[in-house]
Amino acid sequence: MNIFVCIKQVPDTETKIQIQSDGQGIETSSVNWILNPYDEFAIEEALQKKEALGADKVIALSVGPERVTKALRSALAMGCDEALHVETPENLDSRQLTQALARCISKKGDAGLVLLGKLAIDTNEAFLGAQLAQEMSLPYVAAVSKLEVQSPTSLELTRQIEGGVTETYEMTLPGVVTANKGLNQPRFVSLPGIMKAKKKPLEKIDLASLELSDVPTKSVYYDFTMPPAKATVQMLDGDHSVEELVEKLRNEAKVI
Amino acid sequence: MILCYAEFDQNKLKNSTKELSSWCLEQKQNFACFGFAELTPEQKTDLENAGVPSYIQMTNTGDSYSSMGWGEALANLVSAKQSKAVLATSNTQTKEFVAAGIYKSQGSVVSDVIALSLDAGQFKAQKPLYAGKCISSIKFEGEGPVGILMRPNQIQVQTPESPSTIQIETFEASPSAPGCVLKISVKGSSEKQDLTEASRIVSGGRGMKEPENFKLLEDLADTLGATVGASRAVVDVGWVAHSMQVGQTGKTVSPNLYIACGISGAIQHLAGMSSSKVIVAINTDKEAPIFEKATYGIVGDALELVPKLNEAFKKAL
Ligand SMILES: Cc1cc2nc3c(=O)[nH]c(=O)nc-3n(C[C@@H](O)[C@H](O)[C@H](O)COP(=O)(O)OP(=O)(O)OC[C@H]3O[C@@H](n4cnc5c(N)ncnc54)[C@H](O)[C@@H]3O)c2cc1C
Ligand SMILES: Cc1cc2nc3c(=O)[nH]c(=O)nc-3n(C[C@H](O)[C@H](O)[C@H](O)COP(=O)(O)OP(=O)(O)OC[C@H]3O[C@@H](n4cnc5c(N)ncnc54)[C@H](O)[C@@H]3O)c2cc1C
Repeated sequence: MNIFVCIKQVPDTETKIQIQSDGQGIETSSVNWILNPYDEFAIEEALQKKEALGADKVIALSVGPERVTKALRSALAMGCDEALHVETPENLDSRQLTQALARCISKKGDAGLVLLGKLAIDTNEAFLGAQLAQEMSLPYVAAVSKLEVQSPTSLELTRQIEGGVTETYEMTLPGVVTANKGLNQPRFVSLPGIMKAKKKPLEKIDLASLELSDVPTKSVYYDFTMPPAKATVQMLDGDHSVEELVEKLRNEAKVI
Repeated sequence: MILCYAEFDQNKLKNSTKELSSWCLEQKQNFACFGFAELTPEQKTDLENAGVPSYIQMTNTGDSYSSMGWGEALANLVSAKQSKAVLATSNTQTKEFVAAGIYKSQGSVVSDVIALSLDAGQFKAQKPLYAGKCISSIKFEGEGPVGILMRPNQIQVQTPESPSTIQIETFEASPSAPGCVLKISVKGSSEKQDLTEASRIVSGGRGMKEPENFKLLEDLADTLGATVGASRAVVDVGWVAHSMQVGQTGKTVSPNLYIACGISGAIQHLAGMSSSKVIVAINTDKEAPIFEKATYGIVGDALELVPKLNEAFKKAL
């Protein structure tokens, strides 16, 4: 069986985001792209659990423009065996993206475990895994911070959800899991790793071969704007700054 | 019909669900709340006070939560009610089962929504992208229901003049989806509202100097009915739990009031809290970047100012 890790390239948090002059998209020319931080946890977990799961290969896949091959190369340098790149324009419709991933995985075949990041830090959506699991009719647990292999076909998964609740699941594989912080400590890419990665297969998958034309567009992101400007900060000083603050929170900001 | 997922904290209807029902009432939409458990009398009263006309109790969905099972149950309900939209609060479970259910129903879901409107039958949502550096509008096309996962504290809660008399019905959902078994669910010791839903947050960073000084923040939080948050710097050194971390690799929060004590305001921290309505910053360094995002700022020692602030709030509240 194979472990698939879905990875996304996202703008570095420090990158300044500029909106296109027509307001219909983001200026991408000056963006510094990085591997989505949560996807590093997903890759690391796949590599660490490969043996216990008796997996043949760890395969990284990414859907996006040519630039994402860089992220795939880092995944190979970390230790993934193969990489798949489905070349598409920027930001595919979410349903088409889901189906592209599902069809790619079934083409390669023999998926025992599909790992994703908890969320992509550009959109904060955090539901692609659920859609993929639904599309593939597989069980699903998101935002996992502990993954224990009980047998090559069963996992024990632990996660924290809102309200301080800790949940533990038992999953029969094949299944889909998304990785949260705390799952592991992703390894640094080593120089020998980078050298080795150059020789590993990075396969291009033609979008047309996935026959997505039958998947209708359901949602359209349009009209991008900057958030409303915040008024400049009011600095309070002097002996009564604390009382003044309380007064302003009550009478000016009206939040208490 | 619009379906709203009703969530309770013990016996109390969550404020974030009241936001959803308020929106439906305001828009004069035909709507119902749904859930997976039988209502307690207190829960029923809370729903009535919020003006909810009906509650659909899903039955036959197994003993415990299951992402794909609940997803399928929801898809069945959507189809039975020919529902055009499902509204829920954005959280770990809704991002699982609402997303799966809507996908199964051939619809489209958006999470972390901060504004929702309905114009001539067309939903339009807004959500922040790139950690709040820009905001995108989203419209929906074609057939299939829309799934809207709202960020808490975005909609003004309106209490209707007179309570409703709620109609309760059951819906046999009987999902067959592949499940994984939820074996154990342990509630933590904290009885505080979760950070993501809190309307007030008192947050501390390395400037608090010692883990013991978080007690000062807890005291202030108690006075304000707030939840305590933290920067990653203090989570990484083990002063507080990761569940308290606000920011890019922690929680995204949007309270009405965020008080940042001894937090420098690194971009990864701002990513999680810059959409807070009012931000108060207390920091010894007047050049600290947090002041650029703050509404009110005080330059000074948090260890001294936080207890004073607590006293001042106690007098005022
Ligand atoms: C500027 C912009 C415009 C957009 N416009 C539209 C639009 O018009 N219509 C629409 O439906 N959606 C649009 N989207 C969102 C869409 O492209 C999302 O990527 C999709 O909804 C899935 O969400 P996500 O990638 O954020 O996944 P999340 O659920 O947040 O990500 C979870 C995980 O999924 C995996 N993953 C995510 N993306 C990929 C990928 N490309 N390849 C491999 N693995 C991946 C990663 O493991 C990631 O950690 C837009 C997004 C942006 C930033
Ligand atoms: C990939 C990545 C992800 C990250 N994710 C997150 C995240 O999710 N959340 C997060 O918070 N950070 C995150 N960080 C870390 C972030 O970059 C900062 O390092 C961190 O937020 C700093 O925490 P701090 O403000 O508590 O500490 P510092 O930056 O050390 O700031 C301490 C502040 O306290 C002030 N101070 C000192 N003494 C006092 C006093 N007595 N009274 C008042 N003020 C005082 C100082 O002037 C200073 O401004 C991430 C970083 C990376 C690289």
